[in-house]
Amino acid sequence: MAPMAVRSHRSKGPGRVRNYGPAYAGPAGIWLTVFFVAPLLVIVAYSFLEKGLYGGVEPRFSLEAYRSLANSVFLRVSLNTLGISMVTTLLAILIALPCGYYMARSNHKTFLLMLVIIPFWTNFLIRIYAWIAILGNNGFLNALLLRAGWIASPVQFLYNQVAVTVVLVYTYLPYAILPLYSTIEKFDFSLLEAARDLGCTRRGAIFRVLLPNIRAGIITAVLFVFIPTFGAYAVPLLVGGKESYMLGNFVAEELTRTRNWPLASAISMVITLVTTLGLWLMFKLQGKAPQAKDPGRTTGERRAP
Amino acid sequence: MVIRKGEFFSLLGPSGCGKTTLLRIIAGFDDPDGGDVSLDGFSVLNFPPNERHVNTVFQNYALFPHLTVFENVAFPLRLKKTPNAAVRSRVGDYLELVQLSAHAEKMPAQLSGGQKQRVAVARALINEPNVLLLDEPLSALDAKLRQHMLIELDSIHDKIGITFIYVTHDQQEALSVSDRIAVMNAGQVLQIGTPHEIYESPATGFVAAFIGETNMLEGTVESVDGTMVAVSVPGLGRILVTEDEPPAPGSKASVVVRPEKIRIDTERPAPAKRMDINFLEGTVDEPIYSGSSTKYYVRHQSGTILKVIKQHSNWSDEGPEIEWKDRVYLSWSADDAYLLGAS
Repeated sequence: MAPMAVRSHRSKGPGRVRNYGPAYAGPAGIWLTVFFVAPLLVIVAYSFLEKGLYGGVEPRFSLEAYRSLANSVFLRVSLNTLGISMVTTLLAILIALPCGYYMARSNHKTFLLMLVIIPFWTNFLIRIYAWIAILGNNGFLNALLLRAGWIASPVQFLYNQVAVTVVLVYTYLPYAILPLYSTIEKFDFSLLEAARDLGCTRRGAIFRVLLPNIRAGIITAVLFVFIPTFGAYAVPLLVGGKESYMLGNFVAEELTRTRNWPLASAISMVITLVTTLGLWLMFKLQGKAPQAKDPGRTTGERRAP
Repeated sequence: MVIRKGEFFSLLGPSGCGKTTLLRIIAGFDDPDGGDVSLDGFSVLNFPPNERHVNTVFQNYALFPHLTVFENVAFPLRLKKTPNAAVRSRVGDYLELVQLSAHAEKMPAQLSGGQKQRVAVARALINEPNVLLLDEPLSALDAKLRQHMLIELDSIHDKIGITFIYVTHDQQEALSVSDRIAVMNAGQVLQIGTPHEIYESPATGFVAAFIGETNMLEGTVESVDGTMVAVSVPGLGRILVTEDEPPAPGSKASVVVRPEKIRIDTERPAPAKRMDINFLEGTVDEPIYSGSSTKYYVRHQSGTILKVIKQHSNWSDEGPEIEWKDRVYLSWSADDAYLLGAS
């Protein structure tokens, strides 16, 4: 940037100032186009084509894929996916808030951050298999309970919605902790003292002062957990059962077994639409967050007590 | 330490002397290792901050950034579920008290330092506490604004008449508004008194040195005649000072004299008719001009340096200008100095 600034100061004619902006944006632009925009367009196109007999597509326009979405199975799987994602997000935030708060006020921040980050060094699939080893019929938890005499025969922990939710929460918890930690870390804790001084109880201070001020972090954490969970595939495949079938599994099934690529593309479009809708909603919420310094917004009506 | 109802009481001391800790103990944020805090005769030690009738103005204001000025001030009332109409009129009153009615709907981030300060004061007062604690409330403001806010705080204190406990490291602030001051150092209260007492008769060398500028001449008591004490100061000779409770001859003591009490002349003054005037000669080491006055560092032939402040008052006492390396004559009355025992 600096050489450009110098040049524009020296030369008087506007034609002499060269704007290299687009060139700078080039590499990232090409990267995004090739690996993000193009595949997305392919999926959009496929969803409007006829399915090929042995997979692939026929180059004829068709709304068949979308028409076939209008059935009870798809609706049930969609609602199921939405339910699991929302419960997972809620649980992850509820666990991550105290974690992030504790980390931000701790004297061992680096150490605690490492504890959160270290699991990323192990492959995601291996970590799921570790959960199978813990929750399985011959797994650690059952062995422990049997030994303690609390159960007579192994309990089926795996292959249901609870197992999927537990493993999803585990997988995406760091994505909730990290943004929450970083906003809480910047939070001025003397505000909590001020709230106490003015008559708040300990808990009141958290709800009336801490939470509103870390709203941006909460919104980021919700997005970071909800979006990947909504498109989850591996977790429900490995630790889920029939009832925890999610949209990601639906897509995979249509791609590999039923070989209905247009339908797989159409479901992907639904996933993309829902997550985009979520993003848009959250950005709207974030716009009202206190960080916004738009004076126009502050002249709104007063909140009722 | 007893702080009276309605008093403007200052805790004054260098940073790290424990004055903020003391304030936090009164507010209830910290627990004392021992002792008791009582308010209106009742111990409040077992009550959390939200149940003490004490409110604090924080050093960094601690305004809630997510609430408007109005809602910041209304915060304590909202907690008590005060009806909306009452909230509006009370908050209106207090915003008027601090002259911020026009800014009610702004966010704290849009306010200047002085305005934030005033919001913090209004918010702390709206609960009508018995005591208002102020923790270096002006330290984040620039010098001019600080003066202005100080006067404003004082007039608010006069208007509502509750007890103010004011923590500061700035002696000027403390001297100008306080009814009484407690000077602290290293966790100890050294002296409690009115600004006049603290300045004119400090209890210890630390208080003398911390409050305003001072010259301290250490020596030995030579003779005592009534309240007139002669102190032999190495290098300077006999220095006279009056003291109501004179120490025994032979004991160590320091003569303390404020720079503005010393008269500075370029010509040898006529021999005084009074017996209680101290005379010294020296050369100006360093004149420091600061507008309304000039401070001179005057070096005596023995090497001792005395600080002298000369006011530029009016035409009548404006002699020839005193400059660097000038030979000068210093004189001060024994009444204007005081004696501190060795401590």
